[in-house]
Amino acid sequence: MKNSTTVAAISTPVAAGGIGVIRISGDEAVDIVSKIFVPSGKKIVADMKGYTAAHGIVYDGDKAIDEAVLLVFRAPHSYTGEDVAEISCHGGVYVVSRVLRAVLAAGALPAAPGEFTKRAFLNGKLDLTKAEAVMSLISAQGEQSAGAAMTALEGALSKKIIAAAQTLITDSAYLAAWVDYPDDEIEEISTDKLLADYKNVLSEIESLLNNYDAGRAITEGVDTVIAGKPNVGKSTLMNFLAGFRRSIVTDIAGTTRDVVEDTVRLGNVVLHLADTAGIRETGNEVEKIGVDFAVGRVERAALVLAVFDLSREFDNEDKAVLELCKNKCAVAVINKDDLEPKFDLSVLDNFKHIVYISAKDGKGAEKLAEAVESALGTNSVDTSAALLANERQRLCCEKAADCIREAISALEMNMTLDAVTVSTDSAINELLTLTGEKATDAVINEVFSRFCVGK
Amino acid sequence: MKYFAEELDIAVIGAGHAGIEAALAAARLGCKTVMFAINLDSVGNMPCNPSIGGTSKGHLVREIDALGGEMGIAADKNTLQTRMLNTGKGPAVHSLRAQIDRRKYCAYMKNVVENQQNLILKQAEIVSLTRDEDGLWHLFTRLEAEYTAKCVILATGTFLGGRIFVGDVSYDSGPDGMFPATELAQSLKDLGVQLRRFKTGTPPRLNRNSIDFSVMEPQYGDEHKVPFSFDFEGEIENTEACYVTYTNEKTKQIILDNLHRSPLYGGKIDGVGPRYCPSIEDKIVRFAEKERHQLFVEPCGGDTQEMYLQGLSSSLPEDVQLEFLHTIPGLEKAQVMRTAYAIEYDCVDPLSLRSSLEFREFDGLYGAGQFNGSSGYEEAAAQGLVAGINAARKILGKEPVILDRAGSYIGTLIDDLVTKGCTDPYRMMTSRSEYRLLLRQDNADRRLTPIGYEIGLISEERWNKFNRKLELIEKETERVKNVVIHASDALNKMLVSRETSPLNIGVRMVELLKRPQISYADLAEFDIERPDLPYEIFEQVEISIKYEGYLKRQEAQVAEMRRLEVKKLPEDIDYSKVVGLRLEAIEKLNKVRPENIGQASRISGVSPADISVLLIRLQGE
Repeated sequence: MKNSTTVAAISTPVAAGGIGVIRISGDEAVDIVSKIFVPSGKKIVADMKGYTAAHGIVYDGDKAIDEAVLLVFRAPHSYTGEDVAEISCHGGVYVVSRVLRAVLAAGALPAAPGEFTKRAFLNGKLDLTKAEAVMSLISAQGEQSAGAAMTALEGALSKKIIAAAQTLITDSAYLAAWVDYPDDEIEEISTDKLLADYKNVLSEIESLLNNYDAGRAITEGVDTVIAGKPNVGKSTLMNFLAGFRRSIVTDIAGTTRDVVEDTVRLGNVVLHLADTAGIRETGNEVEKIGVDFAVGRVERAALVLAVFDLSREFDNEDKAVLELCKNKCAVAVINKDDLEPKFDLSVLDNFKHIVYISAKDGKGAEKLAEAVESALGTNSVDTSAALLANERQRLCCEKAADCIREAISALEMNMTLDAVTVSTDSAINELLTLTGEKATDAVINEVFSRFCVGK
Repeated sequence: MKYFAEELDIAVIGAGHAGIEAALAAARLGCKTVMFAINLDSVGNMPCNPSIGGTSKGHLVREIDALGGEMGIAADKNTLQTRMLNTGKGPAVHSLRAQIDRRKYCAYMKNVVENQQNLILKQAEIVSLTRDEDGLWHLFTRLEAEYTAKCVILATGTFLGGRIFVGDVSYDSGPDGMFPATELAQSLKDLGVQLRRFKTGTPPRLNRNSIDFSVMEPQYGDEHKVPFSFDFEGEIENTEACYVTYTNEKTKQIILDNLHRSPLYGGKIDGVGPRYCPSIEDKIVRFAEKERHQLFVEPCGGDTQEMYLQGLSSSLPEDVQLEFLHTIPGLEKAQVMRTAYAIEYDCVDPLSLRSSLEFREFDGLYGAGQFNGSSGYEEAAAQGLVAGINAARKILGKEPVILDRAGSYIGTLIDDLVTKGCTDPYRMMTSRSEYRLLLRQDNADRRLTPIGYEIGLISEERWNKFNRKLELIEKETERVKNVVIHASDALNKMLVSRETSPLNIGVRMVELLKRPQISYADLAEFDIERPDLPYEIFEQVEISIKYEGYLKRQEAQVAEMRRLEVKKLPEDIDYSKVVGLRLEAIEKLNKVRPENIGQASRISGVSPADISVLLIRLQGE
């Protein structure tokens, strides 16, 4: 299929897992990936041949999201028969969807249900029998997402989106009646009123978009880093949280050299945990890489669990941890509660949330959960509040917001209203994707229910 | 006794606005055509408002003209008053409306039809329509003449099964006191055409001499008169005024007191009336909080005293009509010449038609106008033109002409009808077009005249004229992009007075024209070498510059829409056998039977997943 659009989707199950794969397929697949993936070696993404791989970092703008492996397939030797790029990143719903979002921002469109298979069929990679099997699958998915849409329809999100659309529809209907019935006594709507309405709707949609990440904290989890000087008990805390031994735990400082990932539920919140190498000056090259990586990790994390050892005195390495936690959402976790206290607690004045635990004995889990929720503010989040549920909804809102911005700028430039309403119609259409209505129909129905017009 | 009258290519049943365009187009394309009318004095009749055009309808008339239809030029030659509506609201919604001398218009149209080569005009009521095994259509008149035709176009308007209601009085009738077509409906049903009942209505006509105009506001036509037709040369008459008056609390009370005597509220009428054209009793019930309703008193002709009362359509009894009419300022002594009535008629569900307006189930049978569920003279004429063109092309062995949504209001109208259907009489509106910035009335010729030329309805002479216009637009656009307007005190004074920033140095004219506040006319005295060109050339250049970004945006949307529009769906596809479609989609698709993926995607209840399934199916074929 020539000149097709390039689409992307998460192609591993959307659930916590060891690895997540984002597949991008289409003529521009490799181009798009080259905008967000920076190989660690000398490889140039655009020049990669089929069946080759590269290790590197995925960026969203100038912000690193994850380290990942990139696989490139060249047409026609791929699943879809098109150029395909696959990014294998760390598992966990949150990281994977962040990567997908970066890919979409770089120019790919979200793949429709079954789209990869459809393309595979269209390019002759699947025979009709197989394709027919896939068709049932596509429709099953369609049904499922229709079901999901229905649930969403009853939910707070839809109410909010529909309310936003309704404001635009009401204004558009007013303008339509004003235009289509010039002889009827319909007063001109003021530019100020339109501007005010459009700006209100825009800020509603923007707040939905902003809450997208906060909502994910609850639905999909928070990037969390366990930080602290060596042998303070980070891995023990991790295992305590995860409920199983994940990291190698020894008494020799510096055992943990990689960032270890896990996803755990603490109270109402899902945490994507990264246990990091202890933060300290080190001469050991391998360990140094681990330490540098940990520092970077802390900087990018949404939540830091800063671990301090109550049985040892405050030192420069603890101080480095304190520095790292500045301006971060952080909880001070005082470990080894069971041993004789030597640690000067007054240095932790900057922490709003301090908990005492004994990771080894499994004591203090409830308190830690409370502190984390309080730090994240999730204890005060109303889970029934409007939250964008998925990438498609987010994209619709983003497009709608763009259209409204265009309408606002047209109004501010004193363009005639016919140019303005074309933009707001597009915005309404984007928002109504959720209800399946069409803007023109919605506006016309509104005209007749609201205005007494006609001969 | 039955006798054989004539063998024809195309028979058009009905001689209203749809029938005329259909018959003229068919005959002009070389087909031997007959047009039947129940009464030859009703050819091109306007049984309701004595005007042509209006918002979005003006667009339709210009599009009909651009394709080589007759309505625009007929209106231009019989105008009483002309106004460009919405001039302050942006070029996309400028719409031309003309008050028409309705008797003169009829006479003009009848004469055009009579003089058209290949076209026979015949007064006859068709009572039976059948098709033989060879697919040839047989039409029988009430006087037992038999005609045969390869294609038949149904343009029956409100004549088909027409029934008039005034209060509790009702009787079979066509519009304006004409005989109805009573037997054809049964014949169509026997054929298997499913009919349904729609309803419309018209206000009273008053004697001008009985009206006190001194208490009404007059409304005059424009000084700058614009014709509908791109081919019109000469002067447009603009002599008559319209008048505005209002209903009041007393009017309202009388109507409310007598609602039980309305056939609509009394449940006598089954037909579905148009939302956009409510009767006065409808308006008063549905918008109870409104204290008054605006009415227009419009002339029906230059040599008649009849005045049309726009806004006061009613089916209340005659005595009630008189009572509330006399409460209205200026109409206290009004003498009613024709009483307002509601009329119910048979029409078809347009979902049974293709975009060519041919019935899916009946080869060579076409529908146009009110018969298809629309309303309005302009909507009717637009469909008549398309049905006539496509019937002729079928006989000539050519592919049908399908106008799409992105190219015209005509295409939007037909696409809406055949994919969405309609639950009440369909009226065109600018808000129905998602591409309205592109589909302006000012550029209808640029959009459609090339198509009209290719079809064969545009003469060489007109084609050359059109191409000269395009050259002028191109040349002027080039000039404006290069010519520099120098900064001067006078220029800056004007710029500041338009609330836009002054200039320090000269700029190209195109830059100033991009400013929404600055018009071509504003720059006249600073654009020293401006050539002497007709206004419409400047208009084209100015709009394309001023709206460039918005037009490009719409063009991108059009390209996206046309991508799906070229993916044709097979005619014989049984959607219940397509693996993977959802149940609702199967039902809708089997009912609407879209011609391509684009149409399918506009059907409510067909999801993006269903579209994927259809695309896969298409590739598998």
